[in-house]
Amino acid sequence: MRTPLGAVLSRDLALARGGGAGLGVMFFLLVVTLTPFAIGPDLALLARIGPAILWLGALLASLLGLDRLLQADHEDGSLDLMHLAPAPLELQVAAKILAHWLATGLPLVLAAPLFGVMLDVGPEVSVRVALALLVGTPALACLGAVGAALTVGLRRGGLLVPVLILPLAVPVLIFGVAACDAARGGWAPLSVLAGLALGYAVLGPVAAAGALRLLRD
Amino acid sequence: MRLVAEALAVARGGRPILEGVSLAVPAGGALAVVGPNGAGKSTLLRTLAGLIRPLSGAIRIEGDDPEIPPRERMHLLGHLDAVKSALSVERNLAFARDVLGGEGDLSEALERVGLGRIADLPGAALSAGQRRRLALARLIAAPRPVWLLDEPTAALDAGGQALLGRLVGEHRARGGMVVAATHAELGFEGGATLDLGASAARSGPRQSSTTTLPTASTVTSLEP
Repeated sequence: MRTPLGAVLSRDLALARGGGAGLGVMFFLLVVTLTPFAIGPDLALLARIGPAILWLGALLASLLGLDRLLQADHEDGSLDLMHLAPAPLELQVAAKILAHWLATGLPLVLAAPLFGVMLDVGPEVSVRVALALLVGTPALACLGAVGAALTVGLRRGGLLVPVLILPLAVPVLIFGVAACDAARGGWAPLSVLAGLALGYAVLGPVAAAGALRLLRD
Repeated sequence: MRLVAEALAVARGGRPILEGVSLAVPAGGALAVVGPNGAGKSTLLRTLAGLIRPLSGAIRIEGDDPEIPPRERMHLLGHLDAVKSALSVERNLAFARDVLGGEGDLSEALERVGLGRIADLPGAALSAGQRRRLALARLIAAPRPVWLLDEPTAALDAGGQALLGRLVGEHRARGGMVVAATHAELGFEGGATLDLGASAARSGPRQSSTTTLPTASTVTSLEP
């Protein structure tokens, strides 16, 4: 793709294919696998807390790789190149977030119904979990980009990103899990989640680009 | 076109680095920025490229569409070569060209800098000099009128330095402008020199003006 935004998107997807894309799913799988060991073989309990476990697993897995989202480009000078591009930095950051989500977030969404079986989550709830994750994980990616931008110059920024991000992810988690509850019915929680995601999709790239500009000076 | 910077003042971390630096590079002109380590050569180039916001002063390209920010007319070859180890040489160049909005032919540019034969090699396999050459290929693949070169000869062998000289010569012949921070003698014909000097942050305003080509070289670095 010949446009600056297309270039950022396709390069980041090519880099993600080079490795690390499966790591998030593996981590997700481990969280889901470990939970029954910790809680014990109470199927009713597992089914009840299953959506919450899946959400927590996906939330933690989506934190992986965030530290390198912008730091790698900062270290090798690619960010300087992007600053000279004839496209707003905000949109380029958005393209990076999209690539990051396609490479790491989307696999989590696809894996969630599969892993739901391990927690005895019913098919209907599994689909709801996947749907909620489909709406919620982009919001997490946008939040994560802000954390990644703020820690771009820090050597141990990788540890700092979750500390910065997780408190801000609380609303996403609350409405994400609520949207999975079939008994509660209705689509209200999912609508709120979608609203949150749209808000973060606007704020995330703008805040991240602003942080990058500030730190560059 | 003319690259003009007026009374630039830049501070990093609260310390003044540049004060009252003015320069003008006419079309086809070259300016060598010299000075000891820490004099602010790289800072000046990054400021010109818009990567650092100056405390005061202005940077503009006269005779250009005022709607277009100057950074979109500039190449900055810094200490970092922006080469991704996992991607092939050609893919690396393709990204740089596309993100800068260039239209040039990739294999032609790689051929020109002597990397044509290793276009498929991953970036990780490149030596420091080859990475530098790959960065030079960006200048060809995405033509822009202003080249800001930070220590452009670093890690380049004799052939590479000659190549750089030819590229700069052709660029200036087309009316391009070059600002290079350097310790080495780059041998830019008819270029001017801006000496950021030992007393970098303490001294008063400095000025440099370059004469239009092809008049003989005049070096003007006015210390009041």
